[in-house]
Amino acid sequence: MMLQVVAVVAGFMFGVGALLAVYRIVVGPSVLDRVIASDVLVATVVCALGAEMALNRHTDTLPVLLVLALFAVLGSLSVARFLPTRDNA
Amino acid sequence: MNATMHDVLTAILVLAGATMCLAAGIGLIRFPDVLSRLHAATKPQIFGLMAVTADVAINNFSVRTVTLVVAIVVFQALTAPMAAHLVGRAAYDTAHLRPDLLIVDELQEHRADR
Repeated sequence: MMLQVVAVVAGFMFGVGALLAVYRIVVGPSVLDRVIASDVLVATVVCALGAEMALNRHTDTLPVLLVLALFAVLGSLSVARFLPTRDNA
Repeated sequence: MNATMHDVLTAILVLAGATMCLAAGIGLIRFPDVLSRLHAATKPQIFGLMAVTADVAINNFSVRTVTLVVAIVVFQALTAPMAAHLVGRAAYDTAHLRPDLLIVDELQEHRADR
């Protein structure tokens, strides 16, 4: 019973965090803000997958978490590395 | 470890991860510039991930699970600061920060010395 309540509360918090990150991706204002917000979105998805595994007592999505931990960096890395100077986009 | 304690531990760690994600979302909205948003954004990437993966490792304690969890946390700890550092440096170089919010700017002093 307690774990059901925890699942609902945690799902609400994950959802609100993801929605706020999406809001920041939409309004910007700079491309770096969008990159940071998309990193937060990926981190929220990773945490939600892990929480689902912990609550349901299985380990099926651990390889997904491993791949995301390795490759989620590539998008923000390439944008930050090849950002032209004095760009307000 | 009895079942109630197990459930309580699971609940605490899951709620810690969820709190980190919610705090990062609120920080993204509330903070004024790129560097302070970066500060808020890097919390769930490490601490939230460590909380939920530790939870998974406790619930299914085996060699396979613990190895995967250690690998996940190590790779995230290698890649997340790298991205944060590059984004922060790009924000500095493209003036996407508010100089009036900086208390000390050692990078500018370092570059002025050269």
